[in-house]
Amino acid sequence: MPVFEGLSGRLQDIFKDLRKRGKLNEADVDNALREIRLALLEADVHYSVVKAFTRRVRERAVGVEVAKSLTPGQQVVKIVHEELIRTLGHSGQLDLRGNTPHVVMLVGLQGSGKTTTAAKLALHLRKQGQIPLMVAADTYRPAAVDQLVALGKQLNIPVHEEGVDRAPTDIAYNGVEKGKRENASLVIIDTAGRLQIDPDMMDELVSIRDRVSPAEILLVADAMTGQEAVNIAEGFNNQVGLTGLILTKIDGDARGGAAISMREVTGVPIKFLGTSEKADGLEVFHPDRLSSRILGMGDVLSLIERAETLEIEEEEALAMQQKMRTASFTLEDFRKQLKQMKKLGSLNQILEMAGLGQAVDQIEPEALDRQLKVFEAIMNSMTPHERERPRILNASRRKRIAAGSGTSVQDVNQLIKQFQTAQRMMKKLSKQKLPANFRGLLG
Amino acid sequence: MLRESLSRTRQAFIGKLTAVFGASELTDDTWDEVEALLIQADLGVETALEVTQTLRRKVSSEGLTTRVQLKTALKETLLEMLPEPSPLALDEPRQLSVVLVVGTNGSGKTTTIAKLARRFADQGRRPILAAADTFRAAAIDQLKVWGERVNVPVIAAQPGADPGAVTYDAIRAARARGYDLLFVDTAGRLHTKYNLMEELKKVHHVAAKNVHEAPHEVWLVLDGITGQNALQQAKHFKADVGVTGVIVTKLDSSARGGMIFSITRDLDLPVRYIGIGEGLDDLIPFSAPDFVAALLD
Ligand SMILES: Nc1nc2c(ncn2[C@@H]2O[C@H](COP(=O)(O)OP(=O)(O)OP(=O)(O)O)[C@@H](O)[C@H]2O)c(=O)[nH]1
Ligand SMILES: [Mg+2]
Repeated sequence: MPVFEGLSGRLQDIFKDLRKRGKLNEADVDNALREIRLALLEADVHYSVVKAFTRRVRERAVGVEVAKSLTPGQQVVKIVHEELIRTLGHSGQLDLRGNTPHVVMLVGLQGSGKTTTAAKLALHLRKQGQIPLMVAADTYRPAAVDQLVALGKQLNIPVHEEGVDRAPTDIAYNGVEKGKRENASLVIIDTAGRLQIDPDMMDELVSIRDRVSPAEILLVADAMTGQEAVNIAEGFNNQVGLTGLILTKIDGDARGGAAISMREVTGVPIKFLGTSEKADGLEVFHPDRLSSRILGMGDVLSLIERAETLEIEEEEALAMQQKMRTASFTLEDFRKQLKQMKKLGSLNQILEMAGLGQAVDQIEPEALDRQLKVFEAIMNSMTPHERERPRILNASRRKRIAAGSGTSVQDVNQLIKQFQTAQRMMKKLSKQKLPANFRGLLG
Repeated sequence: MLRESLSRTRQAFIGKLTAVFGASELTDDTWDEVEALLIQADLGVETALEVTQTLRRKVSSEGLTTRVQLKTALKETLLEMLPEPSPLALDEPRQLSVVLVVGTNGSGKTTTIAKLARRFADQGRRPILAAADTFRAAAIDQLKVWGERVNVPVIAAQPGADPGAVTYDAIRAARARGYDLLFVDTAGRLHTKYNLMEELKKVHHVAAKNVHEAPHEVWLVLDGITGQNALQQAKHFKADVGVTGVIVTKLDSSARGGMIFSITRDLDLPVRYIGIGEGLDDLIPFSAPDFVAALLD
C-alpha cells in the first residue's frame, strides 16, 4: 500500500545514500529542491511564489550541519517545513477589540463558500460568548437571502434581510444599525460572490466597506483554487483591503497550496479553515498542519483534535485516539471502524485526515465495498480473543476462519496483511509530535 | 464573445507571452518560460512538460525559428490534445433524455442548469428540472427562481427529502406532461466523501432503472479557477457515476482553465460547454480552437 507519496517519500529516496554526511552541500540541497518545487507546484502554489520560496530554502539549507538525531532528508524537510510555516504566518485571530458591534465582512468569488462560512463563523464566535447578527447583502444570486435566513433559523442566529430590491450597501448599513439597537456584539455581512476583475462589483464592496467600517474583511477562498489564487487575492486586497483569509472545502483532497500564494501576495493572515458542510465545520488555522498537508505529510493533529471534539460517539473517539497514540490498534478496532464507516464514511474521512487518503484513493470504490464486506465476514468469524491478538492467528485458525466466513485463506491472509500495514501506520503517526511532527516519517 | 471576456485580464499573461515569443533566438530559457506560462495557466507540471517537449521536437524537426512559428506550433500542440468529441447523446431522438449534473460545492451546477434549460428550450426542446439538491439551504428555492425565469417547470420536494425520490418524481412528471429533457440538479459534494458519492450513485440508479439507457449524459461542472485537484474530481466522479462530459464555469474570471488538458488526456472526457458569466445566455458550446486561441492570444 503506497502511503506517503508526498514529498517526504520522495526526499527519502533522494537522501537514501546520504545518511552519514555532516553538512548539506549545494548539490544535495538542489536535488531536494527539485522535488520540493514539484511538490509545491502540484499543490497549486503559484509558480513565482514557488520560485521565491525555494530560493529562501536554498539560502537557509546550504551548509547547514545535519543534526545528530536527523538524517539529511529530515534536515531538509525540517527547513522546508519551518520556512513554510513562516510563510503561512501565525495562526490568525479575529481582531475584535474596539467598539461593539464588531463588523466582519466576508468577500470572495462566486461559489467560494461565503454564505456557509458566515453561519459557521457566527456559530463559532457565539460559542466564545459573542452575540452575532448576520446580514444578507447578496441580492444577486437567486435565493442567497433565503439560504442565509434558513441557516440563521437552523442555528437560532438572527438575520437582517431586506429582500433583493434594496442596494447591498444600504442593507449592510441597516444591518449594522440594527445590530447596535439590538445589542449584538458581532455583525457578519454576507456579500455576493464577484470576480476581482469586475470593477462595478468591486466598487460596491468599497462602498459597503466605507459605510460600515468593518473590523475585519475576510476573503473566503476555495482550497482547490489553482494558479489564479495570486491574482484573486491581490485583486481583493488592493481594491478593498483584506484583514484575513479563510480557506474553505479543505475536507477534500486538494493540497491547498493556494493558501501559500494568497498569503504571500497579501501578507494578511489565514484565520480559519472550512472543514465540512456542517455548521460546526470551521477550524482555527494552524500553519504547521497546513504545511504538513501541502507537503503531503498528513495531518494527524487535526485528526486527534477532531476526535477530541467529536460530539457523537465521543467515548469511542477518545478510545480510538488513545489507541492511535499508543498504537494498540487491534482487529477489534478495525472491525468497529468498518462498521462505523458504513454509517458515516468515517474511516475514509479519518484516513483522509491522517494523510492516508491516497491509499484509499487507489482502490476502486466498488472493489473497496466488496472487500470491506469480505473483511467484515472474516472478522465476524474470529473469536474476540483472536481479534484482540491477531498474532495468534496460525494456519489452522486461518483455515477455520476462512471456512466459517465462506472466504478463502488468501482473503484471511490479505486482511491480516492490510491490518498490519494499518497498524504500522498508526505507530508511525503516533510518533509525530510538534514541532518536529515529521519525525519518524523519514529514514 | 469568449475572446472578449477572456481577454479582459489576459494583459499580464500576454505580456509574458510576447516576451517569450518575441525573443529573437530560442534558448534553453525559452523552454523554461513556455513551461512556466503553461503551469501558470493551470495545465499542471506534468502536462506542461509534455507540451513543452512536444513543442521542442516540432521546432527542431520542422526547423522553426520565428516567434510566430513557435506560437503556431504551440497552438497546434495544444489543439492536438483536445480531440473532436462525439456528438451529444441528447441529440438522438428519444421520448425522454435525462442529464445528471454533478460537481463539487459551488462549482456552478444550478446556474448552469438554468442556462442549459434556456439553451435547449430555444432549440425547440421541452426541458424540465429536478431539484435533487435537498441538502443545501435554499437550494430548492434557487432552482425554482431560475425555473420561473426560463419558464421551465421544477419538480421539487421538501428540504431533506431523498434525492432519488425527487428524481423519480421528476421522471414521472416529465412523462405524464410530455417533457423530453430532464436536468437533475444534484447537491454539491466533494468527491472524497464516500457516503455522499453513494447517495449520488443512487440517483444515477433511479434514472437508469426508470428510463431506458438513462442517464444519457452525466455532466461534471468544474469551477474554472480550480487547479490540479480538478483531475481528482473528474476521476472520482467518472468512476462513481460515469461522467460523460465536463462543463467549465467562470471562464469570465481571470483563470485560464488549463486543467482541462489533463482531464481530456487522462480520462478521455470531452468539455461540452463553458460558462462565461452569471446570466442565462452566458453558456457557450466548447470550441477547442477558440479555447486555445483565448489561452494564447
Ligand atoms: N462569473 C461567473 N459566475 C458563475 C458562473 N457560473 C456560476 N456562477 C456563480 O457561481 C455561484 C455558484 O453557482 P451555483 O450555480 O449556485 O453553484 P452550485 O454548484 O449549484 O452550488 P451548490 O449547489 O451550492 O454546490 C453563483 O453565484 C453563480 O452565479 C460563470 O460562468 N461565471
Ligand atoms: Mg446548486
